[in-house]
Amino acid sequence: MTIFDLDFMRYALVAAVMVGLTAPAVGTFIVQRRLALLGDGIGHVALTGVALGFLTGTAPVATAVVVAALGAVAIEMVRARGKTSGDVALALLFYGGLAGGVMIIYLTPGESTASLNSYLFGAITSVDSTDLWVIAGLAVAVLALLAVFGRELFVLCQDEEVAKASGLPVRFLGLLIAVIASVTVVVAMRAVGLLLVSALMVVPVATSQQLTRSFRTTMALSMVFGVLATVGGLTSSFYLDVPSGATIVLLALAGFAVALGIGRFVRRSRTGESTA
Amino acid sequence: MSTAFDMTAGQVTIDGRKILRGVDLTVDDGEVVAVLGANGSGKSTLVRSLLGVQPLSGGTTLLYGRPPARFREWWRIGYVPQRLSVGGGVPATVREVVASGRIARQRRGRLTSAADRQAVAAALNEVGLSDRAGDPVSSLSGGQQQRVLIARALAGEPDAFVLDEPTAGVDAGSQKMLAETLSGLVDRGKTVVLVAHELGPLEPLISRAVVLNQGCKVHDGAPPTAVGAHALPGHDHVHPHEPEPAESGLPSWVLAQEKA
Ligand SMILES: Nc1ncnc2c1ncn2[C@@H]1O[C@H](COP(=O)(O)OP(=O)(O)OP(=O)(O)O)[C@@H](O)[C@H]1O
Ligand SMILES: [Mg+2]
Repeated sequence: MTIFDLDFMRYALVAAVMVGLTAPAVGTFIVQRRLALLGDGIGHVALTGVALGFLTGTAPVATAVVVAALGAVAIEMVRARGKTSGDVALALLFYGGLAGGVMIIYLTPGESTASLNSYLFGAITSVDSTDLWVIAGLAVAVLALLAVFGRELFVLCQDEEVAKASGLPVRFLGLLIAVIASVTVVVAMRAVGLLLVSALMVVPVATSQQLTRSFRTTMALSMVFGVLATVGGLTSSFYLDVPSGATIVLLALAGFAVALGIGRFVRRSRTGESTA
Repeated sequence: MSTAFDMTAGQVTIDGRKILRGVDLTVDDGEVVAVLGANGSGKSTLVRSLLGVQPLSGGTTLLYGRPPARFREWWRIGYVPQRLSVGGGVPATVREVVASGRIARQRRGRLTSAADRQAVAAALNEVGLSDRAGDPVSSLSGGQQQRVLIARALAGEPDAFVLDEPTAGVDAGSQKMLAETLSGLVDRGKTVVLVAHELGPLEPLISRAVVLNQGCKVHDGAPPTAVGAHALPGHDHVHPHEPEPAESGLPSWVLAQEKA
C-alpha cells in the first residue's frame, strides 16, 4: 500500500504542494522587506481568530483569515506611521494574539486549550475535499497577485521611498502584501500549524539565498525547496508515524544546513577561480 | 519654459520639531541646482518634500505644476536617495536593482520590453558597472552601490533628477565619472537638483546654489566658486584667527558676497 491509496493522504499531498509553493513566494518579499517575523506575528493573531470561531460557532478557518488580515493591516499601519519599528509592532501582536486566543477559548463552553492543538501544530491529514478547494483557491489567488504586482512589490520591499518617488501606490501595496501574508498564514496553518507557519515563509528563502545571486532565482528556488520540504516531510511523517508539521519544518531546516555548507563551498571555489 | 519643482513656504514638522521653516524654491526646466548646508540643516528633508515623499505640514509644492498627490507623470522624475547601502534582505543583482528604475514607465502586468532592457544596459554602461550586472549588489563596495543607485535613476530616462549626496563615499575617479554623466544630462537639457556636501568636480556644472541653515534658505543664487567648498557651512575647519561665521548663522562666503 502506498500513500496514494488513501484519500486523506492524496488531499494532504495536494495541500502540501500548495503550501510549499505559496509560503516561500510570499516569504521572499517579506524577507526582502526585513519583516521576516511578520508570519509569526500574523500566526499568533490568527490564533485569536481560531478561538473566536469556536466561541461563535463559525468555521475557525474563516474567522482566522479575517482576524489575521486585520492584524496584518494593524501591523502595517503601525509600521507605516514610523513611530514604532516593525519588529516592536510585531512583538506587541505576538503577545496580544496568543493571550487573546487562550482567553477566548477558556471562555468558550465545552472547549479548552486542547481544542487549539491542531491549529497550533498543524493537522494536514485532516484536510477534506472542501478544505482542499478553499486552500487551492486561496493559493492560486496569492500566486496570481504576486505575479501581477511582483515588480511593484519588489521596488516597495527594496526601498519604500523610491517606490513613493516612482508614483507607486505604496499604502495600497503595503496593505496588499500584509493581506497576502495573512491569507498564506491561514492556508499554511493546516499544514504546519500557526506556531511553525513562519518557518515555511522564511526557511526556504534563507536556504535558497545561500545559493543564489538574484531576487528572481531566490524566489523560484525557495518555492522548489518549499515543496520539497512539505511533500517530503508529509511523506516521511506518514511512514515514520511522527507529527507532520514538525517533520516538515525539521526537513526544511536540514535543507538550510546543507545549503549553508554547499554555498560556502561554491563561494570559496569561485573566489579560488578568480584569484587563480 | 516650464517649471519642474515649485515649493512655496514649505514647512516640515516632525514630532513638533520644525525641520523646514518656510522654504521657497523654484527650479525651472534645464536648471542645475545644488542644495548645500551643514549636516542636519534639512537638505534631504527639502528634496524629499519636493518629491512628495515627505509630506509638508505647511505651504505647497508642485511637480510640473501639480501637487504630488495629483501628479501622474512620475516617469519624469529620477530620485537617488541618500543611502549607505542598497539594502533589502534578499539578494538582488545589480541589473535587477537598476531595472527597477523603469517601474514608472512600465504597465502593470506587462513583460519587460526591449526599450527597458536597452535603457538598463545604457545606464549600467554609463556608471561603468556593466561587468558587474550579474553580481549581487551586496557584494559591491559602498561607492559602487552608490553608482548602482545613480544607474537606477538613469534607467528611468527621466526629465528631472533629484540626487541626494550622490558623491558621498565616492572616490575622486568616480566623482569625475559622475561629473561627466551629469554634464551629459545637462547638455541634453535635463533638470538636476543635487544635494552635496562638497561640489568638487561637479562645481562647473552648477547653475545655481541654494544654501540651507537650520531649515531656512539662507542663500539662493550664484554657486560658491571663488571661495570654494571649504567655506561651506558644516565644514568643520577651525580657523582661530578668523571671526566665527556660524554666529550669524550664515556661511562665510555668503557674508563675503553680501559685504562686496
Ligand atoms: N524621520 C525623522 N524623524 C525625526 N527627525 C528627523 C527625521 N528626518 C529628519 N529629521 C531631522 O531633521 C533634521 C534635518 O534632517 P535632514 O536629513 O534633512 O538633514 P540633511 O541636511 O540632509 O543632513 P545630512 O547632511 O546629514 O544628510 C535633522 O535634525 C534630523 O534630526
Ligand atoms: Mg541628508
